[in-house]
Amino acid sequence: MTATIVSARGVRKSYGAVEVLKGIDLDLLEGQVMCLLGPSGSGKSTFLRCINHLESVSGGTLTVHGQLVGYRHRRGKLYESSEAEICRDRSDIGMVFQHFNLFPHMTVLENLTVGPVTVRGRARKASVARAVQLLERVGLGDKLKAYPKQLSGGQQQRVAIARALAMEPRLMLFDEPTSALDPELVGDVLAVMKDLAADGMTMLVVTHEMGFAREVADVVVFMDGGTVVESGPPSQVIEAPVHDRTRAFLSAVL
Amino acid sequence: MVATIDQRSSPGAGPGRWDPAPADTEGMRVVPRRHPGRWIGIAVVLVLVGMLVEGFITNPRYQWDVVGEYLFSGAVLSGLVRTLELTAIAMTIAIVLGIVLALMRLSQSIVLRGVAGAFVWLFRGTPLLVQLLFWNFISALFPVISIGIPFIGPTFFTLDANTVIPTFVAAILGLALYESAYMAEIVRAGILSVDRGQFEAAQSLGMRRSVLMRKIVLPQAMRMIIPPTGNETIGMLKFSSLVSVIGLPELLNSVQLIYARTFETIPMLIVATIWYLVVTTVLTIGQFFIERHFGRGSGQGPRPSVVGRLLRTAFTFHARPRQGRPA
Repeated sequence: MTATIVSARGVRKSYGAVEVLKGIDLDLLEGQVMCLLGPSGSGKSTFLRCINHLESVSGGTLTVHGQLVGYRHRRGKLYESSEAEICRDRSDIGMVFQHFNLFPHMTVLENLTVGPVTVRGRARKASVARAVQLLERVGLGDKLKAYPKQLSGGQQQRVAIARALAMEPRLMLFDEPTSALDPELVGDVLAVMKDLAADGMTMLVVTHEMGFAREVADVVVFMDGGTVVESGPPSQVIEAPVHDRTRAFLSAVL
Repeated sequence: MVATIDQRSSPGAGPGRWDPAPADTEGMRVVPRRHPGRWIGIAVVLVLVGMLVEGFITNPRYQWDVVGEYLFSGAVLSGLVRTLELTAIAMTIAIVLGIVLALMRLSQSIVLRGVAGAFVWLFRGTPLLVQLLFWNFISALFPVISIGIPFIGPTFFTLDANTVIPTFVAAILGLALYESAYMAEIVRAGILSVDRGQFEAAQSLGMRRSVLMRKIVLPQAMRMIIPPTGNETIGMLKFSSLVSVIGLPELLNSVQLIYARTFETIPMLIVATIWYLVVTTVLTIGQFFIERHFGRGSGQGPRPSVVGRLLRTAFTFHARPRQGRPA
């Protein structure tokens, strides 16, 4: 029996009168790689950002690691989580952004150690050792002292992945990690992600990389207009889509 | 028609002056473009500077001997120290208070935002001279100062205004509160200049807001905050001379006291001017190093030395783009 890492039941999100998520249901199991596909504006990034509470949900039930996101439950009432609780929940979830968002005033090494030291209270020495290990794993063991501006986009994104991994997360969120990269740099980042998936990391990936989804994903979810149109293994959703909307999207991007 | 053709083929005005483009420009000497307007400007400026220098040397009313005599005199130096104290203490308070006010103005709470906004409105909206006089005569408004809960609550302690607010404290309060209103706006602009993605990346690592501000946002905001803060510090040094009106013996007041006695007004004002220039020069150099520190990670390649930068600023008219080389 594999544990459910993310569970969404009727998750809704609106900004004023605009509803961007109209009832999302899905389950992500431990060790699974789930790819969210869909046109821009379909709500996939918003859903991803709800999972670590960068956005708060407007309705429905969203749990991560069995815990409600943004709320604690007691005797039939929902209490808004305290800052400490939200931060603790977030620290178990790694996130990789489209525009990397590395801290430009810190070296690569400092980018990786600032989280473990300030959030987890780890010793600096142990954090450095772990950071060096992670950077070697993503192929950047020689860039410890470099500043993010001195790296290419692909290198920056690999540092960003290593920064998230330095927190030893149980779940990794990727928000279009290769969309801002030159085509020839995409491969290096995808290779790191494949390596991570092979290692058994639970991953939720918003992406337009069909090849990656087909090869690595256990579950592919196609979203449009704030709803899940269809989901299943890539052999089904990508190779033999049932819905017309999915077919139209895939024929446009493939 | 004919006239037009004549003009175009006349020597020196059209294509007729030049040979056709060569097949190969390798090894040819490059003749720089002439700038006659620039040379006229230089000549005019040199004449004016020459007149000024001549005045310095030949006009006996500058009384350079008196300037030399008083430049390092005890009264002047203690005035200088007092000016530096005022600047340093007032600026430190203003920066700390400015950060607090900026965070209040960016707060979710309308009360905190409103109070900070009103503070900035009040202290930025009235002249510093008026504020200084107000603080100096504050004991006329509040003979005693007591701390407690307004209208209802108990009073915690009571102090005599004249003893807790001597002239020096009045000067510090006036300068610091006035300056903090400006610092609040500078810090706020700096924080707003930090990319939203930086907040999100720090949040997704699980950082609390206080850590996020201290470790991620403020260090980056510093790059925007430092240059105007340097200007404000230099401004504060000069504004501190206003304090002379409430009789605090800072640099200007010290020389005023001397020339009131000796009538050597101009040389004493020159003494003050020299010291103000010395300190602003030192502050400018200090600002350069602080900017370099907070510019970490933003530069491309090595940075120029101070001397290099000063020289480059002073002599930019020598830098002339050459063919085949980056300007």
